[in-house]
Amino acid sequence: MGFFTNLFGAHNSGKIAKNRLQIVLMHDRSDISPEMMENLRKDIIAVIKNYVEIDENRIELDLEREDSSVALVANIPVMTVRRQRRGNER
Amino acid sequence: MTARVIVVTSGKGGVGKTTATANLAAALANMGKKVVAVDGDVGLRNLDVIMGLENRIVYTLIDALDGTCRLNQTFIRDKRIENLFMIPTAQSRTKDAVTAEQMIEVCDELRREFDYVLVDSPAGIEAGFRNSAAGADEALVVTTPEVSAVRDADRIIGLLESMNKSPIRLIVNRIRPHMVKKGDMLGVSDVLDILAIDLIGMVPDDEAVVTSSNKGEPLVLSSAPPAARAFRNIASRIAGSDVPFMNLELPDSGSLFGKIRRAIWGH
Ligand SMILES: Nc1ncnc2c1ncn2[C@@H]1O[C@H](COP(=O)(O)OP(=O)(O)OP(=O)(O)O)[C@@H](O)[C@H]1O
Ligand SMILES: [Mg+2]
Repeated sequence: MGFFTNLFGAHNSGKIAKNRLQIVLMHDRSDISPEMMENLRKDIIAVIKNYVEIDENRIELDLEREDSSVALVANIPVMTVRRQRRGNER
Repeated sequence: MTARVIVVTSGKGGVGKTTATANLAAALANMGKKVVAVDGDVGLRNLDVIMGLENRIVYTLIDALDGTCRLNQTFIRDKRIENLFMIPTAQSRTKDAVTAEQMIEVCDELRREFDYVLVDSPAGIEAGFRNSAAGADEALVVTTPEVSAVRDADRIIGLLESMNKSPIRLIVNRIRPHMVKKGDMLGVSDVLDILAIDLIGMVPDDEAVVTSSNKGEPLVLSSAPPAARAFRNIASRIAGSDVPFMNLELPDSGSLFGKIRRAIWGH
Protein backbone atom coordinates (compact mmCIF):
# COMPACT_ATOMS: atom_id res chain seq x y z
CA MET A 1 0.00 0.00 0.00
CA GLY A 2 2.72 2.39 1.02
CA PHE A 3 4.54 1.57 -2.17
CA PHE A 4 1.61 2.56 -4.33
CA THR A 5 0.63 5.68 -2.52
CA ASN A 6 4.23 6.79 -2.68
CA LEU A 7 4.55 5.86 -6.30
CA PHE A 8 1.55 7.87 -7.33
CA GLY A 9 2.29 10.69 -5.02
CA ALA A 10 -1.12 10.60 -3.42
CA HIS A 11 0.29 11.26 0.00
CA ASN A 12 2.86 13.84 -0.90
CA SER A 13 1.76 17.06 0.74
CA GLY A 14 3.76 19.13 -1.76
CA LYS A 15 1.57 17.88 -4.56
CA ILE A 16 -1.58 18.48 -2.53
CA ALA A 17 -0.34 22.01 -1.83
CA LYS A 18 0.12 22.67 -5.51
CA ASN A 19 -3.35 21.44 -6.41
CA ARG A 20 -4.96 23.45 -3.67
CA LEU A 21 -3.07 26.55 -4.70
CA GLN A 22 -4.12 26.22 -8.31
CA ILE A 23 -7.74 26.06 -7.29
CA VAL A 24 -7.53 28.84 -4.73
CA LEU A 25 -5.79 31.14 -7.19
CA MET A 26 -8.31 30.39 -9.88
CA HIS A 27 -11.02 31.67 -7.59
CA ASP A 28 -8.91 34.65 -6.53
CA ARG A 29 -8.07 35.59 -10.07
CA SER A 30 -11.43 34.96 -11.65
CA ASP A 31 -12.94 37.47 -9.27
CA ILE A 32 -15.80 35.17 -8.38
CA SER A 33 -16.40 35.99 -4.78
CA PRO A 34 -18.03 33.50 -2.42
CA GLU A 35 -21.15 35.72 -2.48
CA MET A 36 -21.23 35.56 -6.26
CA MET A 37 -20.89 31.79 -6.17
CA GLU A 38 -23.73 31.63 -3.69
CA ASN A 39 -25.95 33.83 -5.85
CA LEU A 40 -25.11 31.79 -8.91
CA ARG A 41 -26.06 28.68 -7.01
CA LYS A 42 -29.39 30.16 -5.95
CA ASP A 43 -30.20 31.30 -9.48
CA ILE A 44 -29.34 27.93 -10.95
CA ILE A 45 -31.53 26.20 -8.38
CA ALA A 46 -34.42 28.54 -9.12
CA VAL A 47 -34.24 27.89 -12.84
CA ILE A 48 -33.86 24.14 -12.59
CA LYS A 49 -36.73 23.85 -10.11
CA ASN A 50 -39.09 24.94 -12.90
CA TYR A 51 -38.40 21.67 -14.60
CA VAL A 52 -37.29 19.06 -12.11
CA GLU A 53 -37.38 18.52 -8.40
CA ILE A 54 -33.87 18.55 -7.04
CA ASP A 55 -32.11 17.82 -3.80
CA GLU A 56 -30.90 21.30 -2.93
CA ASN A 57 -28.68 20.13 -0.11
CA ARG A 58 -26.62 17.87 -2.27
CA ILE A 59 -25.82 20.28 -5.08
CA GLU A 60 -22.14 20.56 -5.86
CA LEU A 61 -21.08 23.62 -7.76
CA ASP A 62 -17.45 24.34 -8.41
CA LEU A 63 -14.95 25.93 -10.69
CA GLU A 64 -12.65 23.25 -11.96
CA ARG A 65 -9.42 23.55 -13.78
CA GLU A 66 -8.40 21.42 -16.69
CA ASP A 67 -5.03 22.26 -18.17
CA SER A 68 -5.46 25.93 -18.86
CA SER A 69 -9.23 26.16 -19.03
CA VAL A 70 -11.69 26.73 -16.27
CA ALA A 71 -15.02 24.94 -16.15
CA LEU A 72 -18.05 25.52 -14.00
CA VAL A 73 -19.04 22.02 -12.98
CA ALA A 74 -22.37 21.33 -11.33
CA ASN A 75 -23.63 18.09 -9.94
CA ILE A 76 -27.34 18.41 -9.25
CA PRO A 77 -29.15 15.32 -7.94
CA VAL A 78 -32.63 15.05 -9.44
CA MET A 79 -35.42 13.64 -7.24
CA THR A 80 -38.37 13.66 -9.59
CA VAL A 81 -39.03 15.03 -13.00
CA ARG A 82 -42.13 17.20 -13.15
CA ARG A 83 -45.05 15.92 -15.17
CA GLN A 84 -44.94 17.42 -18.60
CA ARG A 85 -47.85 19.52 -19.66
CA ARG A 86 -48.83 19.42 -23.27
CA GLY A 87 -48.17 22.57 -25.20
CA ASN A 88 -51.71 23.96 -25.67
CA GLU A 89 -53.60 22.56 -22.73
CA ARG A 90 -54.72 25.49 -20.68
CA MET B 1 24.50 58.44 -10.68
CA THR B 2 21.00 57.25 -11.29
CA ALA B 3 20.09 54.46 -8.96
CA ARG B 4 17.75 51.65 -9.65
CA VAL B 5 15.07 51.81 -6.99
CA ILE B 6 13.85 48.36 -5.96
CA VAL B 7 11.07 47.64 -3.49
CA VAL B 8 11.18 44.37 -1.57
CA THR B 9 7.63 43.17 -0.94
CA SER B 10 5.47 40.21 0.00
CA GLY B 11 1.80 39.52 0.49
CA LYS B 12 2.15 37.50 3.64
CA GLY B 13 4.13 38.82 6.58
CA GLY B 14 7.24 37.28 8.06
CA VAL B 15 8.47 35.59 4.89
CA GLY B 16 11.85 37.34 4.82
CA LYS B 17 11.57 40.80 3.24
CA THR B 18 13.72 42.54 5.81
CA THR B 19 16.25 39.71 5.79
CA ALA B 20 16.42 39.88 2.00
CA THR B 21 16.71 43.68 1.93
CA ALA B 22 19.56 43.69 4.46
CA ASN B 23 21.48 40.89 2.78
CA LEU B 24 21.02 42.08 -0.78
CA ALA B 25 22.05 45.62 0.20
CA ALA B 26 25.17 44.27 1.92
CA ALA B 27 26.02 41.95 -0.96
CA LEU B 28 25.59 44.66 -3.59
CA ALA B 29 27.76 47.06 -1.55
CA ASN B 30 30.35 44.32 -1.16
CA MET B 31 30.44 44.12 -4.94
CA GLY B 32 31.50 47.75 -4.99
CA LYS B 33 28.11 49.38 -5.58
CA LYS B 34 26.92 52.34 -3.57
CA VAL B 35 23.77 51.16 -1.85
CA VAL B 36 21.18 52.53 0.52
CA ALA B 37 18.59 50.36 2.24
CA VAL B 38 15.48 52.29 3.24
CA ASP B 39 13.17 51.05 5.98
CA GLY B 40 9.72 51.52 4.52
CA ASP B 41 7.95 49.73 7.35
CA VAL B 42 6.89 52.70 9.49
CA GLY B 43 5.92 51.73 13.02
CA LEU B 44 7.40 48.24 12.80
CA ARG B 45 10.95 49.06 11.98
CA ASN B 46 13.29 46.10 11.82
CA LEU B 47 15.87 46.83 9.20
CA ASP B 48 18.07 48.65 11.72
CA VAL B 49 18.33 45.65 14.04
CA ILE B 50 18.75 43.09 11.26
CA MET B 51 21.59 45.20 9.86
CA GLY B 52 23.00 45.75 13.36
CA LEU B 53 22.82 49.53 13.10
CA GLU B 54 20.15 50.24 15.73
CA ASN B 55 22.50 51.99 18.15
CA ARG B 56 23.58 54.61 15.68
CA ILE B 57 20.23 56.13 14.77
CA VAL B 58 19.98 59.87 15.26
CA TYR B 59 17.40 60.98 12.74
CA THR B 60 14.78 58.95 10.92
CA LEU B 61 13.15 59.31 7.52
CA ILE B 62 10.17 60.87 9.26
CA ASP B 63 12.40 63.60 10.77
CA ALA B 64 13.61 64.44 7.29
CA LEU B 65 10.04 64.60 5.98
CA ASP B 66 8.99 66.78 8.92
CA GLY B 67 11.84 69.16 8.10
CA THR B 68 13.72 68.43 11.34
CA CYS B 69 16.82 67.45 9.38
CA ARG B 70 18.10 67.03 5.85
CA LEU B 71 17.70 63.67 4.15
CA ASN B 72 21.43 62.95 4.15
CA GLN B 73 21.53 63.42 7.92
CA THR B 74 19.42 60.29 8.24
CA PHE B 75 22.01 58.13 6.45
CA ILE B 76 23.72 55.62 8.70
CA ARG B 77 26.96 54.44 7.20
CA ASP B 78 27.81 50.80 7.80
CA LYS B 79 31.39 50.71 9.06
CA ARG B 80 31.92 47.09 8.09
CA ILE B 81 31.04 47.41 4.43
CA GLU B 82 32.12 50.33 2.37
CA ASN B 83 29.40 52.13 0.41
CA LEU B 84 26.57 50.63 2.43
CA PHE B 85 24.03 52.99 4.00
CA MET B 86 20.72 52.61 5.79
CA ILE B 87 17.86 55.03 6.33
CA PRO B 88 15.82 54.15 9.42
CA THR B 89 12.17 54.94 9.87
CA ALA B 90 10.25 55.88 13.02
CA GLN B 91 9.04 53.19 15.37
CA SER B 92 6.50 55.37 17.13
CA ARG B 93 4.51 56.51 14.12
CA THR B 94 1.88 54.89 11.94
CA LYS B 95 1.86 53.82 8.31
CA ASP B 96 0.38 57.11 7.11
CA ALA B 97 3.42 59.08 8.31
CA VAL B 98 4.90 58.78 4.81
CA THR B 99 2.75 59.52 1.78
CA ALA B 100 3.28 58.11 -1.69
CA GLU B 101 4.30 61.55 -2.98
CA GLN B 102 6.88 61.92 -0.24
CA MET B 103 8.29 58.50 -0.98
CA ILE B 104 8.63 59.37 -4.66
CA GLU B 105 10.51 62.56 -3.75
CA VAL B 106 12.80 60.73 -1.35
CA CYS B 107 13.60 58.04 -3.89
CA ASP B 108 14.30 60.61 -6.58
CA GLU B 109 16.70 62.43 -4.28
CA LEU B 110 18.47 59.17 -3.39
CA ARG B 111 18.65 58.17 -7.03
CA ARG B 112 21.21 60.89 -7.66
CA GLU B 113 23.61 59.62 -5.01
CA PHE B 114 23.47 55.83 -5.17
CA ASP B 115 23.65 52.88 -7.53
CA TYR B 116 20.91 50.97 -5.74
CA VAL B 117 18.09 52.02 -3.46
CA LEU B 118 16.41 49.05 -1.78
CA VAL B 119 13.14 49.73 0.01
CA ASP B 120 11.98 47.26 2.66
CA SER B 121 8.20 47.39 2.54
CA PRO B 122 5.57 46.26 5.04
CA ALA B 123 3.62 43.11 4.25
CA GLY B 124 0.15 43.36 2.84
CA ILE B 125 -1.80 45.26 0.26
CA GLU B 126 -2.71 48.34 2.27
CA ALA B 127 -1.55 51.94 2.13
CA GLY B 128 1.75 51.16 3.89
CA PHE B 129 2.75 48.87 1.07
CA ARG B 130 1.51 51.20 -1.65
CA ASN B 131 3.32 54.18 -0.22
CA SER B 132 6.61 52.40 0.28
CA ALA B 133 6.45 51.02 -3.25
CA ALA B 134 5.49 54.34 -4.82
CA GLY B 135 9.01 55.50 -5.60
CA ALA B 136 10.33 52.18 -6.92
CA ASP B 137 10.99 51.18 -10.52
CA GLU B 138 11.34 47.47 -9.88
CA ALA B 139 10.09 44.95 -7.35
CA LEU B 140 11.30 41.82 -5.66
CA VAL B 141 8.50 39.66 -4.29
CA VAL B 142 9.48 37.36 -1.45
CA THR B 143 7.52 34.22 -0.69
CA THR B 144 8.03 30.96 1.14
CA PRO B 145 6.99 27.71 -0.54
CA GLU B 146 3.69 27.53 1.34
CA VAL B 147 0.12 27.74 0.11
CA SER B 148 -0.81 30.86 2.07
CA ALA B 149 2.35 32.80 1.18
CA VAL B 150 2.17 31.94 -2.52
CA ARG B 151 -1.48 32.87 -2.64
CA ASP B 152 -0.78 36.26 -1.12
CA ALA B 153 2.22 36.73 -3.41
CA ASP B 154 -0.14 36.34 -6.36
CA ARG B 155 -2.22 39.21 -5.06
CA ILE B 156 0.76 41.49 -4.56
CA ILE B 157 2.14 40.68 -8.02
CA GLY B 158 -1.17 41.81 -9.51
CA LEU B 159 -0.94 45.09 -7.61
CA LEU B 160 2.69 45.66 -8.57
CA GLU B 161 1.77 45.07 -12.21
CA SER B 162 -1.01 47.61 -11.98
CA MET B 163 1.53 50.05 -10.50
CA ASN B 164 3.74 49.45 -13.56
CA LYS B 165 6.72 48.10 -11.66
CA SER B 166 9.07 46.28 -13.99
CA PRO B 167 10.74 43.88 -13.72
CA ILE B 168 8.88 42.10 -10.92
CA ARG B 169 10.95 39.13 -9.82
CA LEU B 170 10.45 36.38 -7.30
CA ILE B 171 12.58 35.19 -4.39
CA VAL B 172 11.52 31.86 -2.93
CA ASN B 173 12.84 31.87 0.64
CA ARG B 174 13.18 29.25 3.36
CA ILE B 175 13.26 26.25 1.09
CA ARG B 176 13.97 22.97 2.87
CA PRO B 177 15.60 20.76 0.27
CA HIS B 178 14.92 17.59 2.21
CA MET B 179 11.22 18.27 2.32
CA VAL B 180 11.14 19.14 -1.36
CA LYS B 181 13.01 15.93 -2.05
CA LYS B 182 10.40 13.92 -0.17
CA GLY B 183 7.66 15.71 -2.05
CA ASP B 184 6.48 17.35 1.12
CA MET B 185 7.08 20.94 0.13
CA LEU B 186 6.18 22.97 -2.91
CA GLY B 187 9.21 23.04 -5.16
CA VAL B 188 10.43 26.20 -6.86
CA SER B 189 9.16 24.93 -10.20
CA ASP B 190 5.69 24.46 -8.70
CA VAL B 191 5.71 28.01 -7.38
CA LEU B 192 6.87 29.40 -10.71
CA ASP B 193 4.24 27.36 -12.55
CA ILE B 194 1.58 28.88 -10.42
CA LEU B 195 2.74 32.47 -10.24
CA ALA B 196 4.16 32.80 -13.76
CA ILE B 197 6.80 35.41 -12.99
CA ASP B 198 10.57 35.45 -13.28
CA LEU B 199 12.62 33.85 -10.58
CA ILE B 200 15.64 35.77 -9.33
CA GLY B 201 16.68 33.36 -6.64
CA MET B 202 15.92 30.71 -4.09
CA VAL B 203 17.17 30.81 -0.55
CA PRO B 204 17.37 27.76 1.69
CA ASP B 205 16.12 27.74 5.23
CA ASP B 206 19.33 28.29 7.13
CA GLU B 207 20.11 28.67 10.82
CA ALA B 208 22.86 31.08 9.88
CA VAL B 209 20.13 33.61 9.01
CA VAL B 210 18.95 33.51 12.60
CA THR B 211 22.39 33.58 14.22
CA SER B 212 23.61 36.45 12.07
CA SER B 213 20.51 38.49 12.79
CA ASN B 214 20.89 37.67 16.49
CA LYS B 215 24.31 39.27 16.30
CA GLY B 216 23.37 42.03 13.90
CA GLU B 217 26.13 40.95 11.56
CA PRO B 218 25.75 40.81 7.79
CA LEU B 219 25.29 37.18 6.80
CA VAL B 220 26.61 37.66 3.29
CA LEU B 221 30.10 38.40 4.63
CA SER B 222 30.49 34.77 5.71
CA SER B 223 31.31 32.56 2.82
CA ALA B 224 30.00 29.17 3.89
CA PRO B 225 26.30 29.40 4.86
CA PRO B 226 24.06 28.31 1.97
CA ALA B 227 21.73 31.27 2.51
CA ALA B 228 24.69 33.66 2.29
CA ARG B 229 25.66 32.17 -1.04
CA ALA B 230 22.08 32.36 -2.23
CA PHE B 231 21.80 36.06 -1.37
CA ARG B 232 25.16 36.84 -3.01
CA ASN B 233 23.93 35.11 -6.15
CA ILE B 234 20.73 37.12 -6.16
CA ALA B 235 22.72 40.33 -5.75
CA SER B 236 24.85 39.38 -8.77
CA ARG B 237 21.73 38.70 -10.80
CA ILE B 238 20.29 42.07 -9.80
CA ALA B 239 23.52 43.62 -11.04
CA GLY B 240 23.06 41.81 -14.33
CA SER B 241 25.29 38.73 -14.09
CA ASP B 242 24.06 35.41 -15.33
CA VAL B 243 24.66 33.23 -12.27
CA PRO B 244 23.36 29.66 -12.45
CA PHE B 245 20.75 28.69 -9.87
CA MET B 246 21.84 26.72 -6.83
CA ASN B 247 20.90 23.10 -6.78
CA LEU B 248 18.38 23.07 -3.98
CA GLU B 249 16.14 20.48 -5.48
CA LEU B 250 17.26 17.07 -6.59
CA PRO B 251 17.40 17.08 -10.38
CA ASP B 252 15.48 13.82 -10.55
CA SER B 253 12.89 14.75 -7.97
CA GLY B 254 10.09 14.80 -10.52
CA SER B 255 11.13 11.85 -12.64
CA LEU B 256 9.56 8.43 -12.51
CA PHE B 257 12.86 6.93 -11.49
CA GLY B 258 13.08 9.35 -8.58
CA LYS B 259 9.55 8.42 -7.56
CA ILE B 260 10.17 4.71 -7.72
CA ARG B 261 13.46 5.06 -5.89
CA ARG B 262 11.84 7.08 -3.15
CA ALA B 263 8.94 4.66 -2.95
CA ILE B 264 11.25 1.74 -2.49
CA TRP B 265 14.02 3.20 -0.41
CA GLY B 266 12.12 6.07 1.08
CA HIS B 267 14.66 8.73 0.13
N1 LIG C 1 16.27 31.75 4.78
C1 LIG C 1 15.93 31.78 6.09
N2 LIG C 1 16.31 30.79 6.93
C2 LIG C 1 15.96 30.82 8.24
N3 LIG C 1 15.24 31.79 8.80
C3 LIG C 1 14.84 32.81 8.03
C4 LIG C 1 15.15 32.87 6.64
N4 LIG C 1 14.60 34.00 6.14
C5 LIG C 1 13.98 34.61 7.15
N5 LIG C 1 14.11 33.92 8.30
C6 LIG C 1 13.56 34.27 9.62
O1 LIG C 1 12.19 34.54 9.48
C7 LIG C 1 11.78 35.59 10.32
C8 LIG C 1 11.08 36.68 9.54
O2 LIG C 1 12.01 37.28 8.65
P1 LIG C 1 11.88 38.82 8.25
O3 LIG C 1 11.76 39.69 9.44
O4 LIG C 1 12.98 39.11 7.27
O5 LIG C 1 10.49 38.78 7.48
P2 LIG C 1 9.62 40.02 6.96
O6 LIG C 1 8.98 39.55 5.69
O7 LIG C 1 10.46 41.24 6.86
O8 LIG C 1 8.55 40.15 8.11
P3 LIG C 1 7.48 41.35 8.30
O9 LIG C 1 6.38 41.06 7.34
O10 LIG C 1 7.07 41.21 9.71
O11 LIG C 1 8.19 42.63 8.00
C9 LIG C 1 13.03 36.08 11.01
O12 LIG C 1 13.07 35.51 12.28
C10 LIG C 1 14.16 35.55 10.15
O13 LIG C 1 15.32 35.29 10.90
MG1 LIG D 1 10.09 43.19 7.74
